[in-house]
Amino acid sequence: MPKLKIAEALDKLSSNTAVKNTVYIISIVIFFAFILLPPILGIIIKWGTMQDVLSEPKLMSEALNAIAASFAVAFFVSFIDVVAGVPMAWMIARGKSKWLSVLDTFSDIPFIVPTATLGYSLLLFWSDQSRGLSSLFGNPLVSPGWLLVILLHFTFSYPVIVRVMVGALLDYKLEYEQASRTLGAAPLTAARTVTFPILKPSMIASFILAFARSISETGATMMVAGAFINGPIFIKNHLGQDGPLVFVSFILIALSSMIFITIRLLGPKLKMPISKVWPTVERKLSSSAVAGSRNGLTLLIFLVLVLIPSLFVALPALEAIFTGTFSEALAGAGAWGEYWQSIFLTYSLGVLVTLVNVVIGLPMAILVARRKFGQLSSVMLDVLVNIPLIVPSVALGVSLAIFWKENFAFIPEIWLLIFAHLAITYPYFVRSMSAAVERINIELEEAARTLGAKPFRVFRTIVFPLTKYSMLSGAVMVFTRSVSETGATMVVSNLITAPVLLVNWVNSEVPTVTLGLGCGFLILFSFIILLVLRLVVRGRGIY
Amino acid sequence: MPDVRLVNVTKKFGKIVAVNNVSLHVHDKEYFSLLGPSGCGKTTLLRLIAGLIQPDEGEIYIGDRLVNDVPPEDRDIGFVFQTFALFPHMNAWDNVVYGPRVKGFHVEKAETIGHEVLEMVRLHERLDAFPNELSGGMMQRIAVARALAAGAELLLLDEPLGQLDAKVRNELRYEIRRMVRDLDLTAMHVTHDQSEAMAISDRIAVMKKGKILQVGTPKELYMKPKSIFVAHFIGESNFLEGYVLSINSEGTVIELRGGIRVKSAEKNWKEGERVVLAIRPETFFVEKGVKKNKNSILGIVERVTFEGTNIRYEVRLKNQDLVVVIKPSMIGEWLNIGEKVTVSFPPEKAPVFAYPEVGLREEISVE
Ligand SMILES: Nc1ncnc2c1ncn2[C@@H]1O[C@H](COP(=O)(O)OP(=O)(O)O)[C@@H](O)[C@H]1O
Ligand SMILES: [Mg+2]
Repeated sequence: MPKLKIAEALDKLSSNTAVKNTVYIISIVIFFAFILLPPILGIIIKWGTMQDVLSEPKLMSEALNAIAASFAVAFFVSFIDVVAGVPMAWMIARGKSKWLSVLDTFSDIPFIVPTATLGYSLLLFWSDQSRGLSSLFGNPLVSPGWLLVILLHFTFSYPVIVRVMVGALLDYKLEYEQASRTLGAAPLTAARTVTFPILKPSMIASFILAFARSISETGATMMVAGAFINGPIFIKNHLGQDGPLVFVSFILIALSSMIFITIRLLGPKLKMPISKVWPTVERKLSSSAVAGSRNGLTLLIFLVLVLIPSLFVALPALEAIFTGTFSEALAGAGAWGEYWQSIFLTYSLGVLVTLVNVVIGLPMAILVARRKFGQLSSVMLDVLVNIPLIVPSVALGVSLAIFWKENFAFIPEIWLLIFAHLAITYPYFVRSMSAAVERINIELEEAARTLGAKPFRVFRTIVFPLTKYSMLSGAVMVFTRSVSETGATMVVSNLITAPVLLVNWVNSEVPTVTLGLGCGFLILFSFIILLVLRLVVRGRGIY
Repeated sequence: MPDVRLVNVTKKFGKIVAVNNVSLHVHDKEYFSLLGPSGCGKTTLLRLIAGLIQPDEGEIYIGDRLVNDVPPEDRDIGFVFQTFALFPHMNAWDNVVYGPRVKGFHVEKAETIGHEVLEMVRLHERLDAFPNELSGGMMQRIAVARALAAGAELLLLDEPLGQLDAKVRNELRYEIRRMVRDLDLTAMHVTHDQSEAMAISDRIAVMKKGKILQVGTPKELYMKPKSIFVAHFIGESNFLEGYVLSINSEGTVIELRGGIRVKSAEKNWKEGERVVLAIRPETFFVEKGVKKNKNSILGIVERVTFEGTNIRYEVRLKNQDLVVVIKPSMIGEWLNIGEKVTVSFPPEKAPVFAYPEVGLREEISVE
């Protein structure tokens, strides 16, 4: 039983405070050295080149416009997301129909469709004149441009809101709402004055996540942007010139961080208007007719703006099966050779990044959740860990590349790719794990300790089994994020991952059928992997 | 006129029948308790009445109104939750005036009511405190105040004292009782604590596994339990197993294990029936040495526990049955461990029950 022996040895080691602290300190050092500092230092190294932009008013106003566009889209989309996503989450969490679990699964689909693919799918759906909705009208319903960007961002950030809010609603102690009802509040009043104010932290968290996703998305946005320019696209357009990169990256990072911190600080103080009640109106609005039409509208929005556009790319993929394209693809003929290489790279990278995240992220998650080094350092780490989340991935890639290439030119490109993906995905894992650990009643751990379990054993036998599901969902997020990452991947190396290849294909006008099939495979593989993972870790982890 | 009537109400959760064909009538202005071991369906029954869940079968009336399809906010009730469910994002005051507010009362009226109920629970000085700053007892009083402020005449309380320590619990139960009486309310109080139910209720319904076994005043339940379970759950009973030997004009002669013969005043039994005799610990009469009284059995004192008011003896009868005997500690001479004694009981205080099909142990188990 060598495996048990190792576990026992680790158990013993773990009761040694020096060993324990070393593990925690190493995880902090790794975080700073490989994830947080390189992108920041990258900008600082090239600080001087900002002069290039500052001295050119035209370039600067272009840059500022692009940044403004980024924030405008992010704010607008996140807001609409909350408005449209919360009723959906409510329906899934509170409804009684068996079909809701199907809906629940479907609402995750935009998650598993790599964003670049999603972009192409939306492009087909909204503006392709021979296939999508637009074929009914003869001309593009929505041409590439700002509106399509907004539609795209809505589509991919919607599931974030739904996921977070469904979880929050399921965790919520129903008694508060019931108490409100027994006191005479109509359902709408109860939700407005009791449930949502209590769930405010989750709403803010989901808003921030959607916001961050919108600010940082690059690959798909590029496909649908047309002449529209936001921050990431501006950076992409000026690749090779340091000045614009540093300038835009810096402002995006600084502004996003400021917004993030402001929301964190002011969020808890934000009061919802709950003291005013309109009993008759709210009672009417609570009627089943109103609730029914709200559910109908919610479903309609979900179908038309999220689900169908996300999966629309399957249509040309099906077409491909019946033409020669499918066998060409399987044979690896022509461009397909490169495609399969990129698929291999994408998924190996995804797996590697996920594994590394588990190893380096877990101690950090516990550190943050259990305040091992005190309250203050935990809060600070928590904020710092989230920074890579709000940095546009292109900006992060650019500054990361500058840092490593300037200082450690000998490092192979594949390493840069790994570092970039690690930096981008790390917050997802640490966030979901630390939240899960925090939810475990500390008394359970204490009980195990009093029964004689060493710290590592407590982890193996208590914490791990109780957080298994969250660890899985953290890993899934890391994996899907890595598989669909485009912006940073493009700028840190010349290696071609699948999303990058697809963006290139779109730009070089590869036939729709080929592109559709390329996207189709990517969705299919991601879907299979997620399905397998779900089967491996059964159950929903409600403790 | 809030009386509450349940007609053949059933509620299932999957395979579990939480409330099983229950019919019940709670009178206007009555203080009524639902008593039973945990998991027997008390909370479910109360939540059905509140409209927080819907019955699978049966009808629920509040006053003359059939309320099956009436949502909780329109049932005009006050509900005190076991965990209080004070809104964590509102202070005590906002919690208390929540009901009047959502019912659309005029601001001044809402405030007047708020002050009145806070006066009643004597918590005026903690208006600004948030729930997490209050002690258990205070939270409980705010929870009651909040339920009262909504102005309902029917108050539903789900183990309202369950989270409190013994001393506070005993004080608060009389306080709630007093408020309910002063305000002329009807109250339904759920508890698993028989002494609490006995102390404050006009009537009690004893529940077991989703069914109501008996409804009665505390005295009726104690003096005339209709089942072994009620005899066991209300107060304490010694159960002696035996067979009916003969029936005569004075009652029934029962042969216990070991050939001991005793009499009960009950008559409607048949020869040869397997039965259980239920005798309260304080019913026994104990004397030192060997005595020849009616219904006397010899035994040896095995354990003596001093409980303050009472002294409790465990006596091993000569047929090896163990019985508990309780005597006031300040009256008479105490017995010692190992002492030979004679225990006896009056035939009219020994109710007889048919031996339960599921076995005695299973019948009285509270699982
Ligand atoms: N929402 C529910 N879902 C499933 N089972 C439930 C639910 N509520 C109660 N039960 C079950 O119904 C039975 C009665 O529960 P409850 O009414 O809470 O009992 P009590 O309040 O008497 O302790 C228990 O077996 C309990 O597990
Ligand atoms: Mg209960």
